[in-house]
Amino acid sequence: MWKEEQYAGVSIPNDCLPFTTEQHMLGTTIMAVEFDGGVVLGADSRTTTGAYIANRVSDKITPLSERIYCCRSGSAADTQAIADYVRYYLSIHQLDLDDLPCVKTAASICRELCYSNKDRLLAGIICAGWDPLYGGQVYTIPLGGTMIRQPYSIGGSGSTYIYGFCDAHFQKGMSREQCIDFTKKAVALAMARDGSSGGVIRLVVIEKQGVWREMIAGNQLPVISAE
Amino acid sequence: MFYSLSTLLIPKILESHTEIKLYILHSHFLFYTHTHTHIYIYIYMASIGTGYDLSATTFSPDGRVFQVEYAQKAADSSGLTLGMCCKDGVVLAVEKVLLSKMLLKESGRRVHLIDQHAILAVAGMGPDGRQLATRARQECEQYRNIFRMPMPAHLLAERIAGYVHVHSLYWHVRPFGCTILIGTWDGKQGPALYMIDPSGTFYRYYGCAAGKGKQGAKTGLEKLDFHQLSCEDALFELAKLINAAHDESKDKPYEMEMIWIKRDLGKASLVPPNLIETVRQRAEQLAREEEMAD
Repeated sequence: MWKEEQYAGVSIPNDCLPFTTEQHMLGTTIMAVEFDGGVVLGADSRTTTGAYIANRVSDKITPLSERIYCCRSGSAADTQAIADYVRYYLSIHQLDLDDLPCVKTAASICRELCYSNKDRLLAGIICAGWDPLYGGQVYTIPLGGTMIRQPYSIGGSGSTYIYGFCDAHFQKGMSREQCIDFTKKAVALAMARDGSSGGVIRLVVIEKQGVWREMIAGNQLPVISAE
Repeated sequence: MFYSLSTLLIPKILESHTEIKLYILHSHFLFYTHTHTHIYIYIYMASIGTGYDLSATTFSPDGRVFQVEYAQKAADSSGLTLGMCCKDGVVLAVEKVLLSKMLLKESGRRVHLIDQHAILAVAGMGPDGRQLATRARQECEQYRNIFRMPMPAHLLAERIAGYVHVHSLYWHVRPFGCTILIGTWDGKQGPALYMIDPSGTFYRYYGCAAGKGKQGAKTGLEKLDFHQLSCEDALFELAKLINAAHDESKDKPYEMEMIWIKRDLGKASLVPPNLIETVRQRAEQLAREEEMAD
């Protein structure tokens, strides 16, 4: 199929195997939902380089501070770098405040980085968490660098398949458990349809008392009636 | 060689030429020719600084920086400036001395709005205070742009104090000739009041005073219960203190300026002129009654 270049007895695939040269992408399904007193974040775990799955158990939910996490989509390199910067700024800000930083502040720093470097970045971020002043909040920062607060937010390539599901099943004032259930189902549906989402579901619940993580293995995804 | 007024040189000269030291003790103005080395030394004597007060970059031998102390004097000689925390906000008040009868009322204001949650009052040189107000506004705006939050009081005070402090470190700038009071209110901390002096020292207070008659005003403030008084009560208390510090027979007429942040208003604002006029008249009335009673 592909041409090989012989060099010192080692064969290096040249032009037809794109995953050797392609960027790592988080072709992704991510989401976050607010509930009274906290937030639920969910994500799949697939990282691809072209058609190749570079990592099937990656963690796209990254901490920015004690009670603020972000879901990353787009270029893995770009979003990791942004998360690193935000974490750094927030750690200093936290010392200034002598208290937990606000989710809005974290999102605003994300936005500033995304907006001012928008022609060099490929990053869609959902920033969510809990703070003592305003409780659980979800902010989404899509490609151009706008910042919008939403009761729930979905992102990444997989999200396109579940807009209908989310519209139909999201309700105001859902409890913590209902939110977890909603997130699990939505992410599982997206992973089933989207070729570049898959692997396991990663869940993070953030509230005043602390942060809980859960992993739902690929063979234990919620059973969807259509299948 | 000709040396003029170099403060750095003077201590050295004093060390090596004892005869000059004698001249300094006896005269205010001296032109001395050292024929042996052909050095002309021209020394002007200031009243108390003994040569160490010409630059903010030189300490006196007993560890003082005279330029900064003179700046504090400039602040202390202006009208009384007061601030106090209340249970529902912060109030700042200024006794603005009127230098001319032709001055338009409300011109040359000494109280400034900084941000929705921050106010500032100036004791001392008005222009210096205005520059600090501008700086404070910029700091608040910048903070809001980055963090999308009102700037916490202690950070604002720290930034402005740092700005004031660097003006006491370089020979090419003059220290600020004013003491400023910064008041803020935020949802988490409630009321906060900071006072920054020309050296860049700042402290947080329940109530504080600067300017002429600050000692008396401080004694008056100490008697108040800051946890019980509301902003409206504070207006009257501050008006009484300013009125008490003012000697009508001796001092120039003054205008009372007040600014506040109240929880129920939700943002900082100047106290309406009619309200100021009312509390001023009440305070004056009370003073007259007390005088009659005595």
